[in-house]
Amino acid sequence: MAALVLAEHLTKVYVLGDNELRALDDVSVTIEVGEFVAIMGASGSGKSTLMNILGCLDRPTSGRYVLDGRDVSRLSRGELAEVRNETIGFVFQSFNLLARTSALENVELPLVYAGLPGRERRERAREALERVGLGGRLDHHPAQLSGGQQQRVAIARAIVNRPKLVFADEPTGNLDTKTSVDVMRLFQELWSGGLTIVYVTHEPDVARYASRVVTVRDGRIVGDTRQDPARAEMAA
Amino acid sequence: MNVANVMPIALTALLRNKTRSFLTTLGVVIGVASVISMVAVGEGAKARVAGVFAAMGTNMLVVLSGTTTSGGITGGFGSLPTLTWDDLRAMRSQAPAVRWVAPAQMTKVTVMAEDQNWTTGITGTSPEFFDIRNWTIDKGSLFGDTDVQAGTKVIVIGATVSEKLFGGGADPVGKTVRIRSVPFLVVGLLQRKGQSPMGTDYDDGAFIPISTFQSQIQGGLQKYISGIILVSAISSDETRRAQSELTALLRDRHHLSPGEDDDFNIRNLTEIANAQQSGTQALTALLAAIAVVSLVVGGIGIMNIMLVSVTERTREIGVRMAVGAKPWHILAQFLGEAVTLSMIGGVMGVVMGSVIARLVASRLGWSYSARVDMMLVSFAFSAVVGIGFGLYPARKASRLDPIEALRYE
Repeated sequence: MAALVLAEHLTKVYVLGDNELRALDDVSVTIEVGEFVAIMGASGSGKSTLMNILGCLDRPTSGRYVLDGRDVSRLSRGELAEVRNETIGFVFQSFNLLARTSALENVELPLVYAGLPGRERRERAREALERVGLGGRLDHHPAQLSGGQQQRVAIARAIVNRPKLVFADEPTGNLDTKTSVDVMRLFQELWSGGLTIVYVTHEPDVARYASRVVTVRDGRIVGDTRQDPARAEMAA
Repeated sequence: MNVANVMPIALTALLRNKTRSFLTTLGVVIGVASVISMVAVGEGAKARVAGVFAAMGTNMLVVLSGTTTSGGITGGFGSLPTLTWDDLRAMRSQAPAVRWVAPAQMTKVTVMAEDQNWTTGITGTSPEFFDIRNWTIDKGSLFGDTDVQAGTKVIVIGATVSEKLFGGGADPVGKTVRIRSVPFLVVGLLQRKGQSPMGTDYDDGAFIPISTFQSQIQGGLQKYISGIILVSAISSDETRRAQSELTALLRDRHHLSPGEDDDFNIRNLTEIANAQQSGTQALTALLAAIAVVSLVVGGIGIMNIMLVSVTERTREIGVRMAVGAKPWHILAQFLGEAVTLSMIGGVMGVVMGSVIARLVASRLGWSYSARVDMMLVSFAFSAVVGIGFGLYPARKASRLDPIEALRYE
C-alpha cells in the first residue's frame, strides 16, 4: 500500500499575546490508500487542527507534510486551494451547504472551481447525488431537506471531484442516532468502493465504524489502533 | 476557472437577494440619471442661447455713433451722429475682416393697405442687411443695390405685417401699400423667423431702401447716419479682428488722437454670445459635478452593502475556499457582484436620465439631443465606481482564512 498521507513532526503553534499555545506538538502520522480512519479526541485536544492541516486548510508551523507524493507543507494559499480542489473532499458537522441553492448546484460547486463546463458539471453532480441516494431531490434547496439528507448532499459534494481522500469533521455531530448510523453506513459504502476517509469525532460509538482509530490528546497522538470496523446498522 | 465562470456565480448571488440588490442599485441609478439629465438640460440651454444669437445675425458687430453730453446728462450711444456715409463706404472697402456692412435706420410708421392698416417698425437699409441677419425671402424678391441708388419706392415685409394687412396665407407680392400717403410696391415677403426670447416678433417689420427711407420717411438726405451700422465679419473667429480693424479705421477717419475716447461704439454680438455660452457651460459643469457626487454616494452605498454581504456570507466564502476556490476566485466573485450592481444601475440610470432629459426638454420647448458620449461616459463611470468601491469588500472576502470562515457563526 502507498502512503497517501505522510506527516512528519507536525507542529502548530498559536501565539495569543504573550502565551504560546501548542495545538499540535510533534505529530507524525501515515495514512495508506484505502484506510478508514477516525481521529478521536476531546475538544481542545488538537484533533481539528490536525485535520485542518491534513486537509490543506491550514499550514503547519513546522514539520513536513507529503500528500499523495507531493510536499504541501509550504504551498501558498492559492496552491493549497488547488490541492483541496483536486485531491480532497470535505464534509462538515453543520453541512455548510449554500442556502437558497439547489442540491445539484451545491454539489456542482467544486467542479465550478475545477473549471469544468456546465454540462459535464451537472452530469457528474447528478451521478454523485444518485450515489448518496438523493437522485430524486436534485432541485431541492437545503431548507427543504432533512438534516440527514443535507449531510448526504454534503457527502455528494465531497466526492463529486473524485478525490483521493475525504475528510469529515464531526459528520454526525448535528444528527440524531438513527441518521448518524445512516451517514456512517454511507461512508462505509464509499470506503468499500475504494475511497480513503478520515473523520474526526469525540464519540467512541462513532469511532467504532472505522478501520483505524487515532487518539489525540494535548496536541500529541496517544493511541493508534487498527480494528475490525463495526457494521453501521441500527440495533433492532 | 476563469472570469466567464465567475460572472454567473455573482449573478446568482445577486438574484438570491433581489430586493437588496435593487435598492443598492438605486443609488447608482439616481447618480447616473442625474448626470445624464443635468448634462442634457445644460446642453439644451446652450443650444437655446446659440439659437437665439444665430437668429440675431451672422458673426455680427453693431457700430453705433457717439454720445452727447448736455447739461450734465450724457446721452446714450447714437445720440450724437458721428458716422458718415463716407465712413460706411470706407468700412466696406478698407477692413479685410469685414464681409458685409449695412446701415439701418428705424422708425415706427403706419402702413396702409386697401382696407387694413398696421403700425410697425420700418427699417431703411441696403441689401446686405438680409445677409448679415441671415434672413431669407419667402415670396418675391429683396430689393437690390439699384433700388438703393435710385431710391425706388419698394418694400419688403415680414410675415406678421403681411398677415395684418392682407390676411393670413395671402401673397402680398405685387400689391401696393401706402406709408404717409406715399405708395410702395411690395416686392418681397420674408421667411418667418419667430420670436426672440424677449418676445420681440422678428416678423413684425418692413424694410425699404435706405435712400428711400431718407427721402420719404426721414425727410431729406443727411450727411450723418442717424441709425446704426450692422457689420458681419468674414467668420465667427474674425469678429475680434473686424472690431479692431473698424476701430482703427474710424479713429483714423475721425482724426482722434491716441488719448481721446472713441466717438463711436462697436458691439461684438458674437463675443456676447460666447460669454453667454460659457455661462451656460459653467452651469452645466456645476450641475454635472453635483450629479457626479450623487454617483459617488451611490458607489458608497454599494460598498456598504457589499461589506455587509461579505460578513453575512463568511461561511459561504469558507465553503467555497474549502472546495477549491482560490483567493482570486473569491475576489472576482465579489468584485463581479459589485460591478454587476453598478453596471445594471448604470444602464437603468442612462435610460431614466434620457427620459427625464426628454421630458424637461419638451416641457421647456427645447430640442433634445441624445448625447451618446455622455451615456457611454456615465456608464463607464458607474462601472469604475463598482470596481472602486467593490474592491475593498472583495479583498476583505478573499483574505479570509478558510478555517475561521467555516467556524463563523
